[in-house]
Amino acid sequence: MLKIDNLHVKLEEEDKQILKGLSLEVPAGQVHAIMGPNGSGKSTLSYVLSGRDGYEVTDGDATLDGESLLEMEPEERAAAGLFLAFQYPVEIPGVGNMTFLRTAVNAQRKARGQDELSSGEFLKIVRAKAKDLQIDAEMLKRPVNVGFSGGEKKRNEILQMAMLEPRMCIMDETDSGLDVDAMRLVSEGVNALRDAGRSFLVITHYQRLLNHIKPDVVHIMSNGRIVKSGGPELALEVEENGYGDLLAEAG
Amino acid sequence: MTETTDLDVREGVDRETVETVQNMGSYKYGWDTEIEMDYAPKGLNEDIVRLISEKNNEPEWMTEWRLEAFRRWQTMTEPKWAMLNYPEIDFQDQYYYARPKSMEEKPKSLDEVDPKLLATYEKLGIPLKEQMILAGVEGADEAPAEGRKVAVDAVFDSVSVGTTFKDELAKAGVIFCSISEAIREHPELVKKYLGSVVPQSDNFFATLNSAVFSDGSFVYVPPGVRCPMELSTYFRINAENTGQFERTLIIADKGSYVSYLEGCTAPQRDTNQLHAAVVELVILEDAEVKYSTVQNWFPGDEEGKGGIYNFVTKRADCREARAKVMWTQVETGSAITWKYPSCILRGDESQGEFYSIAIANNFQQADTGTKMIHLGKNTRSRIVSKGISAGKAQNTYRGLVTMHPKATNSRNYTQCDSLLIGDQCGAHTVPYIEVKNTSSRVEHEATTSKVDDDQLFYCRSRGMDEEEAVALVVNGFCREVLQALPMEFAMEAQSLVAISLEGSVG
Repeated sequence: MLKIDNLHVKLEEEDKQILKGLSLEVPAGQVHAIMGPNGSGKSTLSYVLSGRDGYEVTDGDATLDGESLLEMEPEERAAAGLFLAFQYPVEIPGVGNMTFLRTAVNAQRKARGQDELSSGEFLKIVRAKAKDLQIDAEMLKRPVNVGFSGGEKKRNEILQMAMLEPRMCIMDETDSGLDVDAMRLVSEGVNALRDAGRSFLVITHYQRLLNHIKPDVVHIMSNGRIVKSGGPELALEVEENGYGDLLAEAG
Repeated sequence: MTETTDLDVREGVDRETVETVQNMGSYKYGWDTEIEMDYAPKGLNEDIVRLISEKNNEPEWMTEWRLEAFRRWQTMTEPKWAMLNYPEIDFQDQYYYARPKSMEEKPKSLDEVDPKLLATYEKLGIPLKEQMILAGVEGADEAPAEGRKVAVDAVFDSVSVGTTFKDELAKAGVIFCSISEAIREHPELVKKYLGSVVPQSDNFFATLNSAVFSDGSFVYVPPGVRCPMELSTYFRINAENTGQFERTLIIADKGSYVSYLEGCTAPQRDTNQLHAAVVELVILEDAEVKYSTVQNWFPGDEEGKGGIYNFVTKRADCREARAKVMWTQVETGSAITWKYPSCILRGDESQGEFYSIAIANNFQQADTGTKMIHLGKNTRSRIVSKGISAGKAQNTYRGLVTMHPKATNSRNYTQCDSLLIGDQCGAHTVPYIEVKNTSSRVEHEATTSKVDDDQLFYCRSRGMDEEEAVALVVNGFCREVLQALPMEFAMEAQSLVAISLEGSVG
């Protein structure tokens, strides 16, 4: 599904290398977690994959089902099935959440040559999915993320994910700022989306989220690279001992 | 259930925007119609004024009224205080009268109108034939028929080519016709109210209009009548080097209500065309008028060549107690816009509202705003202005709020937001506030912001292309004003917002 090969990325504006030869492969149907200390380049990785401006790829490649993502516009990556759940979802004043969702869903359908959903069909689907995430009609009407609590913003990201049905989901610290109940809702939402054709890359600081969303593989990232990969037990090790030993070991 | 319907409609509106963005070229209305025209000679003098009056079969008093205005105009100079840069206009190098030859003998019904003219309006998406509208209404079983019907008066260059739904309106006692017809058929009303809100001597452009206006629309709603449908005028400039000077007069008698829509388009030409209109609203006790405009005159090309020079005087007189007016405008067209729809709040407890979206892209320049003149006690006004600048455009909000000594306990609230797209455009806010009593309150809020890259990236990461993303964000910025428009117009306006910003990013 997602294959990242020797990816080197620097900031466009300054001469600062952030990713220094990162390689990673997430096969279809798997959940991979990336953990790592602050400043290791985790968020940069999620932004570069989804096509945000401000980064320059100096070497390496990232492909989705064999097609290079790096040449595509952000909207083309989305239509190809890539989704990023933002760490800080953006507010769009005046634009109803429902309008936003529907514009996004139909833009992707159009890009893939599918018919747009009628407003009746769309409403039916969005209501069912919103209910699972305990998002009420009021929240669907409010402007996108404006005045949403931290938990509401993250649930809203998962709702978008559920509506867009991407094949490759990247979650950037979706657990930050969530209380226990919200964490459970978000995790249930994600788990409901897990299937053989869909993969997840879960970026997190804490093992906590991984108790709810069980990863197949855990990667430890430091200084712009993956320094160690292993099973779920690796996350537990971090939780108990911190990154110190692991990083020293990786040298 | 109500909630569902509400949502459905809004959703539909937004989808429309997106579709339109993808389907349309940059200025959709830029074609012209080849029709044999009858022109008055170029230039302006008393003979031309007389000729216009004569062509309209006007009575003597009207001719005199025009001549008086013309004499006055000759002593006036063009105002230069607006933040607008344009080459000197040679007022003698214009045609002041043009009309399709087929209109020489006024057609008695729409069936007699030149099919080419009707085709033009059809191309613009304006249903002139009543049958078409009626067919549409009959098809929509659940939709409230009332809300769907729109009576249209269409003005092509200088003359009105037809008004729909006249009979049905007449049953309600509403008069809706071209102003030239009103001058002939309802002289007592025209004599009483024409120039009573915007006097002949008001300003350079209004005075010019008073002398040479060739047609326009007239509405009279009798006491206690709620006009059974939306009234609408479509203006189209077609002929080259022709000025369009239409005049609209709306009178809402005591306790009546009317909603009026105005739309404008013009062909794409590389010369500038002059448009100087006057709109007068007279609103009597307890009456209410909603006046909505979608102005989409040709804005000039990407290099700033061509486009309409739009100098418009619009004013509402809330003449008696509890009269209410609401101006809503979406200004996306014209190379130059000089326009300040105003409210004179003369009656006690009268109310004025002004909602505006002004978009300037490429080399467009807009200097627009409103005046709220509080004369009566307990009067209220509200101004919501959204200015969007892109390309190399300059967009100015210019507003006056004045509370006269007798306008005690009055209030104004002004909100003025500017949005910048790119780094070569400008937004300016010039509010004038005068308060001459101690019990009134005036509030003014203003913001200036840029379209945020994070917002655009967020939209794009969800699958929208850049133009869809800009349209969505800008429509969100304009939301409060778009919501003030009648539904059909809101859809058109949303599409226009999207179209007029095409190519403004990237």
